[in-house]
Amino acid sequence: MLAIIGTVPEEDFPVLFGKVKLINDFLYIEDRKVSIQRGTSALIASACKVFQSLKKDLPYAYLVGDTGKGYGSKKLYEFFVNDIKKRSFDTLTFHYLMPDADWCNKILLAIEELSVKPFLIADAGFMYAGKMSGNAESFDLFTPDPGELAFLADEQAPHPFYTRGFFLEDEGRVEEFIHRAYKFKNTAKYMLVKGRADYIVIDGKIKEIVSEPVIEALEPIGGTGDSITGIVSALIDSGYNPEQACVLASKINRLSGRLANPEPSSQISEIIRFIPSALKALLGLKDE
Amino acid sequence: MGILKKLFKSDKKGENLDRGILLFENTSEVIRAEDILKSKGFDIKVIGPPAHVRKGCDLAIEFPIVEAMGILNLLEAQKIEPIDCLPSGDGNLKPVDLFNIKDYGRFLMVRAANMKITVDKNSLTIVNISGGGCPDVPYLASVLVGKKFNEVPEPRQLGHTLCGYALQLAYDKIKELCLQS
Repeated sequence: MLAIIGTVPEEDFPVLFGKVKLINDFLYIEDRKVSIQRGTSALIASACKVFQSLKKDLPYAYLVGDTGKGYGSKKLYEFFVNDIKKRSFDTLTFHYLMPDADWCNKILLAIEELSVKPFLIADAGFMYAGKMSGNAESFDLFTPDPGELAFLADEQAPHPFYTRGFFLEDEGRVEEFIHRAYKFKNTAKYMLVKGRADYIVIDGKIKEIVSEPVIEALEPIGGTGDSITGIVSALIDSGYNPEQACVLASKINRLSGRLANPEPSSQISEIIRFIPSALKALLGLKDE
Repeated sequence: MGILKKLFKSDKKGENLDRGILLFENTSEVIRAEDILKSKGFDIKVIGPPAHVRKGCDLAIEFPIVEAMGILNLLEAQKIEPIDCLPSGDGNLKPVDLFNIKDYGRFLMVRAANMKITVDKNSLTIVNISGGGCPDVPYLASVLVGKKFNEVPEPRQLGHTLCGYALQLAYDKIKELCLQS
């Protein structure tokens, strides 16, 4: 079972834990309705689409409102370190959360005390916290974009915006940055680098590069990185080995983009809608 | 926002890479700032500044670097202006005046650091915001996307983190480009 831990962009959204439902373009958790237009809810919706297509149970989520002040993230961290002791998830995906090295340490300690360690995935703010706190190797999968990869490669940088000038984001140097991120132990065992080409990496070795189809209009669309992290989380939790899951997630995300025929003004929900068609096409499953 | 820009251009050495230091004109300003920031729940502490950055007060405030934008906005609202804002650690940092600009015909995208903003050049409507990892990014997108420049506050008035600050830089650049054409 997968649990996703993240935030929604509302001030008055309390800490909630529960199994999610996806109905049209909205998630439902407990009694709250959340738009899937951006951030963690886009990630959850993408995971739901994969689970629905594979006829699996939908994931659980730990959610809280946070508009950037960090109060919500702290409440969620406090709740999670206690609640996780009662759970036995196979996969945990951490997402848009205020990067906080101390809380990252506490959460990893709580996870270490579990009888079986879940597969740990981090993206966005919690990936920053994982690196910032020196705990990157405690995670199983990071899903950076090329700018975040440059941040992982710069052993001095505590945030992507802090990345030193000579690490300027340059997709032509992705392979160099991958090697450097592993050299300084600033990334997870597996890495899915999300860019014009997607790189699937295990222990510093590039296993596959997925570069087709290229959909130029996807880059400006907020949430296309969140969707791929949601897809790969669901595939890993469904039993695909991490390397297969990363390759398949990359292809599903790209094909969903092509099927949506987007413009730079398209919204992520228009792409997420096509995940089932893309997944079925790639796996050779029949539409119902 | 000038003081924040300095944060990203320093080359001072030190420890605590996730922390920054605020320097003030006098001790009473440090104490006022400490009270205000603690009352809002920021994880700060008063420290003696390193000798090489001492500028007129023997106290400084150490703070979480990712929260720089929210902290400076809060102090500005209370009419307290630090005389400097520095990273605690090695800060040979990425220049923030480099932008990546992509023209899609009707749409223009500008990226600053890890944040991207895309605007419809005809209507001056913000159509997408992407990138980043701090929790104000989805919030900023929820407020700004679908709105014209003159219909919404700037990112700096809504954001709290380094991602929010990066978006402000991209916003300034794309607005300049759109209003020129």
